[in-house]
This record gives sequence, C-alpha cells and structure tokens, in this order.
Amino acid sequence: MGSALSDRYLPGTVTKSVKILVVGSFGVGKTTLIGSVSEITPLRTEETMTQVSEGVDDLTGLPGKATTTVAMDFGRITLDESLALYLFGAPGQRRFWDLWEGLAEGAAGVLALVDTRPGRLEASFEVFDQLEIGTRLPFVVAVNHFPDTVRHSAEELRTALDLLPETPIVDCDARDRASALTALTALVAHAVDLAAPAGDPTPDRTRPAAQEVVS
Amino acid sequence: MTPREKRSGAYRDTALRPYVLTKGRARPSRNTIGIDTLLVAADPAPPLPVSAGRQERALLAMCRGLLSLVEAAARLKLPVSVVRVLASDLVDSGHLTARAGSPRAEQPSRELLQEVLNGLRAL
Repeated sequence: MGSALSDRYLPGTVTKSVKILVVGSFGVGKTTLIGSVSEITPLRTEETMTQVSEGVDDLTGLPGKATTTVAMDFGRITLDESLALYLFGAPGQRRFWDLWEGLAEGAAGVLALVDTRPGRLEASFEVFDQLEIGTRLPFVVAVNHFPDTVRHSAEELRTALDLLPETPIVDCDARDRASALTALTALVAHAVDLAAPAGDPTPDRTRPAAQEVVS
Repeated sequence: MTPREKRSGAYRDTALRPYVLTKGRARPSRNTIGIDTLLVAADPAPPLPVSAGRQERALLAMCRGLLSLVEAAARLKLPVSVVRVLASDLVDSGHLTARAGSPRAEQPSRELLQEVLNGLRAL
C-alpha cells in the first residue's frame, strides 16, 4: 500500500458517486487514460470466477469447469465537495462486465476507446456489437491517437465501425490529461442529452459540439 | 490455494476459500451496495464481536476514512465479491455506514449527470 493516507480517502463531505466505464480491446489505452485523470494511482482488482452469475467460487466444484480471472483497473476524481466520479477500465466484451456484478448497472455511460492503426481496428468490432446490442448505456467512441495513427474522417470511422449517426466520435490522446478530460466531458454531455425528459423540446444545446475527428 | 491462484499471486494473504470468509454466503445481505458505494466506519463505532474475522477487522480499519467498496477491496487485496458480503454485514451491524450513490440498476438522474458535467468542465 504505497500511497499516502491523505491520498487514499475522499473528503468526508462526499455523499454521491457516479461511475463511467472505459472499455476497449487489450492494449488500447484504457489504464493510461484512467491514470491521466485519476487523483489516485490507478488500482487493480481481480476476481477469479467459475461461473458468471455467482461472485464466490462454486461450491459444487465440478471438475473441468473453466475458471476465469478478470482484472479491472480503476481511478477516481473528486468533482466537487459532494460528488466523486469513478472510472473503471474493462475489456469491451459484455461477458466480462457481467463477471463484475453491478459494473454496468447505474453507470453514467461508456467511453469506448479504439485504436485505428492498421490491423488494430478489427479488435474493436466485437466491442461495438456488444455496446449497441447488449446495453442501453450512453456511449461515445474515443479514438486514441498513437504516434503512428493515421487520421481517418469521422464518417470513415462511422462506416468502418457501423456506428449509429448520433453516436459521437471524439479524438483523444490517452496520455494527456486535458485530452482525456475532453473525451469524458463529451461522454457525459451526450448522457445528459439522452437523459432529457421525454417531450422536453429544449435539450441542453449550450454545450460545444463533440470534437469530431477530421482528416 | 489452487495452483492458478499461486500463479497469479491473487489473495496471497489467506489460504481460505472465499466462501469461508463469507461464512458460506455468495450474496450480501442487502443488494444496495454496489462497487462504487461509499463506505465509512460509524463514529463512534461499536466494538466488533470477538467472533469477527481478520478480514472484517481489516475492512473496518480501512474504512476509517471515506472510500468506495472497490477501493477497499483493491487495497485489502480481497475479491470485490467477498468485501461486498463483509461490508453488507458491517452495515447491518451498525459498524459501517454506506452512502449509496444513485440507485443501483438505474441511470443517474439528469440533474446528477449535469453535476458531473459541470464538475468535469471545472477541472
């Protein structure tokens, strides 16, 4: 336990917490992004599980049953004196979220990180199938720019990833705090829009448009 | 400890299986505790019964300040699912206070999302 005690605890005035999922394929930069914005050194926790629905080892001990170890990194931002935001990095596939009982439940939304370099985009396809079919959480696609990333237009990406027209696509550098915060802000702004009461003719239009990837 | 656990280095602080730590239960006594539920020791905290286990004592000590369930689990190097059961018991017995965020299994309200948005923009 290396971090100082003063870094460990939230101010005693905090009464509410909100969580955001940062998902994507292996090596796409989830933990890097969380580390860029987190006020604590990102923590890792693991679960070893023998079946999806139970949080504790199966008592029947059936031989040959597959055991899965799933690791999750997470970070924290205290947003104001009463509110803490938690960022959870998870593999994109929904079956992994289900291993973490309650991970997706009540989340504000999902930031889906993608790597558009040649040969890497394909790893994101399953992530988006799961997002669009398996969940109703608001999500935003964030293209993590690596030094050798070739810029694609937002429409090219939308077609390649078969995204809905209204799904925002933003550009980011997961190593850069301001850039990572911009991507998270775009996600939460999108979630606010989607949460507008039914029939409300004036959703929040004051926010700046999501920063689109331009070629 | 199974060979797999030795390999991964997980749960090195106990040879006990998770269901022993939780006295055989797979589920917490209450379903309102999520991974981001905030926990803090009651002040003043009633003394723990002598039957309390090492993990319960460690969890209560960890929660002398405010932090989430998942943070407590990660810092104690215990599975989240186990800490969830232990925390639930300690809330029931009045040793821990849980500050639930938004209701579980529901999207945060528009007002709460707006507060998150304002907070992110102010950073």
